[in-house]
Amino acid sequence: MSTLLEVKNLKTHFFAKDKVLPVVDGVDFKVNKGETLAIVGESGSGKSITSLSIMGLVPKPGGKIVDGEINFDGKDLVQLSENQMYKVRGNEIAMIFQEPMSSLNPVLTIGEQITEVLIYHKKLSYKEARQKAIELLKIVGFARAEGILDDYPHRLSGGMRQRVMIAMAMSCDPKLLIADEPTTALDVTVQAQILELMKDLSKKFDSSIILITHDLGVVAELADRVIVMYTGQVVEESPIVSLFDEPLHPYTQGLLNSIPKIDEEVERLSSIGGNVPTPDSFPKGCRFSTRCPHVMQKCIDEQPELKEIKPGRKSRCFLHEEGVGS
Amino acid sequence: MTTYIIRRLIMMIPILIGISILSFAIMYAAPGKPTVLNLDPDISVEDRERQMERLGLNDPAHIQYLRWMGNVLQGDLGNSFTRKQPVTQLIMDRLPNTIILMVVSTFLAVIIAIPFGVLSATRQYSKLDYGVTFTSFIGLATPNFWLGLMLIMVFSVQLGWTPVGGVSTLGSEFNLLDRIHHIILPAFVLATADMAGLTRYTRSSMLEVINQDYIRTARAKGFRERTVVYKHGLRNGLIPIITIFGLMLPTFIGGSVVVETLFSWPGIGKLFIDATFERDYPVIMAITMFAAVLTVIGNLIADILYAIMDPRIEY
Repeated sequence: MSTLLEVKNLKTHFFAKDKVLPVVDGVDFKVNKGETLAIVGESGSGKSITSLSIMGLVPKPGGKIVDGEINFDGKDLVQLSENQMYKVRGNEIAMIFQEPMSSLNPVLTIGEQITEVLIYHKKLSYKEARQKAIELLKIVGFARAEGILDDYPHRLSGGMRQRVMIAMAMSCDPKLLIADEPTTALDVTVQAQILELMKDLSKKFDSSIILITHDLGVVAELADRVIVMYTGQVVEESPIVSLFDEPLHPYTQGLLNSIPKIDEEVERLSSIGGNVPTPDSFPKGCRFSTRCPHVMQKCIDEQPELKEIKPGRKSRCFLHEEGVGS
Repeated sequence: MTTYIIRRLIMMIPILIGISILSFAIMYAAPGKPTVLNLDPDISVEDRERQMERLGLNDPAHIQYLRWMGNVLQGDLGNSFTRKQPVTQLIMDRLPNTIILMVVSTFLAVIIAIPFGVLSATRQYSKLDYGVTFTSFIGLATPNFWLGLMLIMVFSVQLGWTPVGGVSTLGSEFNLLDRIHHIILPAFVLATADMAGLTRYTRSSMLEVINQDYIRTARAKGFRERTVVYKHGLRNGLIPIITIFGLMLPTFIGGSVVVETLFSWPGIGKLFIDATFERDYPVIMAITMFAAVLTVIGNLIADILYAIMDPRIEY
């Protein structure tokens, strides 16, 4: 399998007054062709900013990629000019967002919003673009696609809008699709349909997916590999099956423990104690040291590195070195 | 939509009747008698009395009002006391001048205010934004009459670039350049306050729109910032502006009273102020009602445009 995207030591910092907030602080990962990589983490772990960094859409003013490389299909996206990025965004890398209710422009018809991408990137005529839009809408599951074309977004339900977003994202046949919490705002039943659809489409279009989520259920459904992020860093990387079987990092263990299991009766749901530290108060040593049940003196003094523990599995924890822990 | 418009038009009737009663009462209660009665200082008491009788001013107020209303319903706005002409004709003669002034100043306000409002929003807290904000506050705070006087002083009197007043050079044939030459100053003065207000509204409306999720979607589609702002942003940002615009329509009449007087522009506003000083009741009533109709129609137009601009709104 060849690599499509390789993110190396990505650092996206925000500058507020006299403070520097290292929201993404040295993230490394790879996405192979045709693969689905999930990025899991709590709110504030930097997963969304990582994806916006890839898109070149870090919120301005304030945010800036200060270091690192994003190698995508032979180009370093960090080095590309804004003019070159226009050709990548929406064309080679597409993105769908968390809020389908507000992510579509309320004053443009569905048709206009899909065709404009095709006309812009693929230089189709209006007629061809309309034809293609109908095809796309059929693929994402609209039976009466022609009718939807002239409708405005407010007439559609959340699930339907997310389908439209997916159709829009897939319209230029992107090599990489970034889905930022695509199902969070949807009903559980609709969630399953959307996930199923994304799975089918990634096969059909042979595109890679980066799936950003805090929902481990979604991860299990869709992903091949997982990276777990905490406070702007990757703390664990693993193929999907082994992550659930045997989580390496204490944070991942905590995450998995906090999912209620259907076959166990428990009085209280377990949770990880404490809160995610904010970017201006990250601990000096291991960033999880303030909440970790296995914390040692070394964890408070030094930052652990992300190291390969077993083939295909990486973790950022001192426990593995000492031979203690799991 | 059609039924909505019809319903709104029917609702206009009681509103207009109310306005007419109110304005008639205020006008009647104001001190002073029509100047036409005092034109000749040697007029005898009997002649004056006859004059009062002829104009119907001896009847009780409600009779006068009902008579006026009855005539209006038959399409007769009466005759001007001072000018001995039908009011309809007086207004029709002057209306085109006022409309031209309104259209030009609205156009000026819009083409200056909206781009600056958008720039101000897309470059929030930049030097340009501060400059635009500062200038609009000055524009809002400057009274029309003072600005007009200053501009006349500088451009007409000292520099001699523009005429002091009037619609065109007296006695000349129609000449577009001459017309433009005459209209620049009054139109600009009439536009300033609205220009400043519109800039502020556009800025705040665009600021709200620019942080919406669909703007991020448009960026993620790879569009240039220009397309993002003008195609995806402005269409949404203009929706609230439309309402303000409809409400602005009648303010032009108010503004034109000052500006037309200042620039001796023979329009409705000038006629209105003259009629008020002369207590020329039929003219005052006619123009007041004209402004009232413009206000309610302006509101209706705003609501209709609202539905056209925003597909989520249906009537």
